[in-house]
Amino acid sequence: MSEAVRAYTVRLELVDEPGELLRALEPIAANGGNLLSVLHERGNLTPRGRIPIEVDLEAAPERFDVIVESLRDTGVNVVQAGAERYGEELVVILSGHLVETDLSETLTRIQRPGEVSVMDVSLSAPSGTSDVSSARLRIATDSGGIDDVLDSVESLAEEKELRVITPLTEADA
Amino acid sequence: MRLAVMGAGAVGTSVLELAAEYGHRVVAIADSSSAAVDATGLDPATVTERKRETGSVGTATVETALAAEYDALVEATPTTLGDAEPGYSYVVEAFERDRHVVLANKGPVAERYADVRAAEAASDGDLLFEATVAGAIPTLSTITDLGPGHVTAVRGVLNGTANFILSRMAAEGLDYEHVLAEAQDLGVAETDPSFDVEGTDAALKCVILANVLYDREYTLADAAVDGIADLPGSVLELAAEDGRTVRLVGEVADGEIAVGPRLVPENGTLAVTGTRNIVQLETASAGQLNISGRGAGGPETASAVLADVGRLAKR
Repeated sequence: MSEAVRAYTVRLELVDEPGELLRALEPIAANGGNLLSVLHERGNLTPRGRIPIEVDLEAAPERFDVIVESLRDTGVNVVQAGAERYGEELVVILSGHLVETDLSETLTRIQRPGEVSVMDVSLSAPSGTSDVSSARLRIATDSGGIDDVLDSVESLAEEKELRVITPLTEADA
Repeated sequence: MRLAVMGAGAVGTSVLELAAEYGHRVVAIADSSSAAVDATGLDPATVTERKRETGSVGTATVETALAAEYDALVEATPTTLGDAEPGYSYVVEAFERDRHVVLANKGPVAERYADVRAAEAASDGDLLFEATVAGAIPTLSTITDLGPGHVTAVRGVLNGTANFILSRMAAEGLDYEHVLAEAQDLGVAETDPSFDVEGTDAALKCVILANVLYDREYTLADAAVDGIADLPGSVLELAAEDGRTVRLVGEVADGEIAVGPRLVPENGTLAVTGTRNIVQLETASAGQLNISGRGAGGPETASAVLADVGRLAKR
């Protein structure tokens, strides 16, 4: 996958008729988009009596414009397009002398502008910040970037002598 | 089948006690310094009572047990690192006499797999070692049935002691030292728990799995091993707040072996509690298979040994 590929969220409104969802999704694949997820809120209706759909997809930026255009061409009501978001998320827990080893510098080094972002941090320091503490990090990354993020977190942890608990990345029911 | 049992600990004595139920007969049993031998079959009660009263299973020598007329040697001496002795020499001697070998001891197949396979190849005897991975759980026989080439990854919770500690810490909000002391009181953890809590035991099981899955010899040195010793309770709290928990997971995939504490969904398949074990197999065409159960204990492990004996009897 080329580096230029980005994740996008598209909000659509569909008329409640059979085949409508399929008709809305076809232009995405047909124009080089990679469908990531579809949130179909069938119970909810918009004020205009339509069904709201949220579609996450990946595409090169130039292909994305074509996808939105072709969606509109087929008569699908595109409410919002292009709100960029990260493709994948992971949670890791770091434990050790987090404060003494400069937690904010640790977080800065995990992040990469536009690619990797630490979304939130929960710190637990039951015996005060000068003792061993633990932090849960929720990290967002581009699709396919999880292995790189894990590698960089692990080498940082090794450098700062922190313990890192990584998630099992394989699908686990 | 006539069995010679090397090792008279929990597994060895359970094999002695259960053999008749499975249609087999134990003709010799040895502990570290003595042996009892009877070609017509040993009486379990007599042997275990003697062991309890005198500390030894009989008056014969260990060599006499090894020289007895048996069909399969059950190797159940303690797992030792490095040269895997004395178990390794017992195995080689049995193969030289063209006898079958069933292992409960992980050492020979985790530390000297190529040597053991070479000794087997030069012998009319066959080698089975179901009991070495996850006790009563039929892991290796399932892999054999599926065909190692169809199994793309194996992961699991393979150490009951570590799992007991992690699940108690998470459930009760207690710290590591407290739960370890409790586990030692209950007999779930050894006085020296390092083999279990530092991940060595789980890693040996993963090494055996790797040896079976891939066509090369792995040893402990090939595994990336991290344990759970001194894991702060705050780690489990932070995990729980996010709907997750921590398990000591062993993983064999893409030719690599890793053991370490990992985040898993709190109610997920791998989050077994207490001393339970689970083995998860990823297969090329059958998706994911999960088998959970008791991964240790005398009768549990002896049931895996006797299942192997039954397989050899059918050959």
